[in-house]
Parts: sequence; C-alpha cells; structure tokens
Amino acid sequence: MLALFILLFLTFFQIGLFGFGGGYAMISMIQGEVVNHYHWMSNGQFTDIVAISQMTPGPIGINSATYVGYTALTNAGHAWYWGVLGSAIATFAVVLPSLILMIIISRFLMAYKHHPIVEHVFSWLRPAVVGLLAAASLCLMTEENFSTPSQCPWQFWISVGLFLFAFVSTTVYKMNPIRVICLCGVAGLLLM
Amino acid sequence: MWELFSNFFRIGLFTIGGGYAMIPLIEAKVVDEKRWLEREELLDLIAVAQSCPGIFAINIGIFIGYKLKGLKGAIVTTLGTALPSFLIILAIALCFQQFRDNIYVERIFRGIRPAVVALIAAPVFKMARMAKISRYNVWIPVIATLLIWMMGVSPIYVILVAGIGGYIYGQVNDGKL
Repeated sequence: MLALFILLFLTFFQIGLFGFGGGYAMISMIQGEVVNHYHWMSNGQFTDIVAISQMTPGPIGINSATYVGYTALTNAGHAWYWGVLGSAIATFAVVLPSLILMIIISRFLMAYKHHPIVEHVFSWLRPAVVGLLAAASLCLMTEENFSTPSQCPWQFWISVGLFLFAFVSTTVYKMNPIRVICLCGVAGLLLM
Repeated sequence: MWELFSNFFRIGLFTIGGGYAMIPLIEAKVVDEKRWLEREELLDLIAVAQSCPGIFAINIGIFIGYKLKGLKGAIVTTLGTALPSFLIILAIALCFQQFRDNIYVERIFRGIRPAVVALIAAPVFKMARMAKISRYNVWIPVIATLLIWMMGVSPIYVILVAGIGGYIYGQVNDGKL
C-alpha cells in the first residue's frame, strides 16, 4: 500500500509538472498514466470521472486527482479511509509543482516573456498541446464508452448520435456543457 | 489572510467546467471589487498562468496570493481554490462506488460517456486557432496525436520533446547552431 501511495504521489506530481495547456490536456496525461500505464482503473471509470468533474465545481485537474486517489486505493481492495488518504496525497501532489514553479516563474517569466528562447519553446509547445487534446478524445472512443455495432448496435448508434449531438451543440450552438451532459444522461436513462 | 482564503474558496466553488470559466469571476472579485490587481496585470497573469504547467485556476491563485502576501499568501490561495473541489469530489467518490452498479445509474452514464468524449473533442479546433496552426506546423499536432493514440507514448514525453524541438529549431533558425 505504501508503494501505491508513493506511486500516486510521483504520478500526480509529474502530471502537475508537465500539465501544460489546461484541464483537457491534463486529462490526456492522467488517462495515459492512470489507465494505460498503471491500470489503476478502467477506461469507463475514467470517463465517469471526467463526467463528474464537468458537473461539479472546481478545476478538472483537482477533481480528477481527488477521484483517482480514492478509486485507485479502493480498486486495489483497500478500505475507504485509505482511499481518502490517497485522495489527499494525489491532490497535494498535483498542486505542489504549481506552487513551487509559479512562485519562481512569476518572478522571472514576466521579465523574459518576450525573450526569443521562451517564444521558440512555446512555438512548438502550443501546437503539441492541440495534439494532446485530439489524442485524449480519440483514446476514449472505445468499446467501453460506445459499445460496438456487432455487440450491441442499438447502444452503439445511440452513443454515436449523442456524441454528434454533444459536439455540435457545444461548438456550433455554444450550449452549456453541464446542460448537454444532463440531457445525454436523461437520453441514456430512457433509451439504453 | 482570511479574506484571501474565503474569496478564493468562493472562486473554487463556483468554477464549473474548467479554468477559463473562472476568469470573469476573478475579474469581478479581484480587480473590480477588491482592487488587488490592475486589469492589465490580470491579462499578463492569464498569459503567464496559461504558459506554465499545472492547473490554470491554481496558478492564478498562487500568483495573486504571492503578490499580496508572499509565500503564506500563495499557500492560502492554493488551499482556498483546491478545497471546495476536493471535498465535493471526495463526497461523490465515497457514495458513487456504491450505486455505480445500479442499473439506472449505469444507463445514465451510458448516455453521458459519449457526450463527455465529444466535450473533450470540441475544444480541439478552437485551440488549434489559438495555437496559430498553419500548413507549416500542422505536422506537430498530427504527430503528437498519432504518437499518443496509436503508439501509446506518454503525453509527458510529447510535451518535453516538443519544447526541446522548438528550442533547437529556434536556435537553428537564428543561425546559432
């Protein structure tokens, strides 16, 4: 269990340290480490976290750290109070790099914001972050989240429909994401 | 100090759907009401917080806390911003496990999951415009996507390599290498 705590701390410290580009880019990192690398939870459980993070207040990075910390411990068969400790460790670890870096950077980066080296580094970083976002959504297009045409065509085509609805309503019609999630939840309850 | 904590606690509590949603909240509280920052300072701060790693909302809180009260201020604003989500998610995690296997909850989440994937896909194109992607650098996001999606490379390495690549490219372009 101690090993799991240490791994949680190191993983979320790393995520906090390299989490450029805001919440959604961070989701891709958390997914890479927590689902694909350490198998602390399934892809479906991970998608549930993202859904819950969307519906509850607070930054997604904090929300998912808290949730993953708890779930990783309970999935491994430990009692709920160890899960609470796991939450606290993951959340602390994800903000610690910010606390250290922002204090240093706020002193220096303001002065060197337009330095050519800083601008060059960001000229490749920003496009790469876009790739991170695209990969995050592609990695979640799985059987677990959408089912398959052969396994359950009904669920598959409704999932595709809900995906298109959510995409168009938030991008074209600027609908509030919370409302979109609630509507899709009702659709799921009635149709699937 | 208490004022700093309670204000950022409130900001953390009402930020739904990610960091960008909190900018208008901070603007109203920190600039208009409390006058802790000038509006121009806030704009610079947003640019810095965006280009730094970590959670956007937390980064902004740390910066303001540090500017006003030093290290103690930074810790207080971090706690204030993080605590509401921590407590709420913990409460949900404690209960959710028990009724995740409930058939109705399961159905609701079957509907929600595709929507969440769409919500993550949606900002890709908006971000692409902000990152000034053109036909000269479009290969960067494409390769980053393929590496992560097809090859299972950790995004952390992609970020590191992109930063180093940008630095080297800049040096070569300036004729220093």
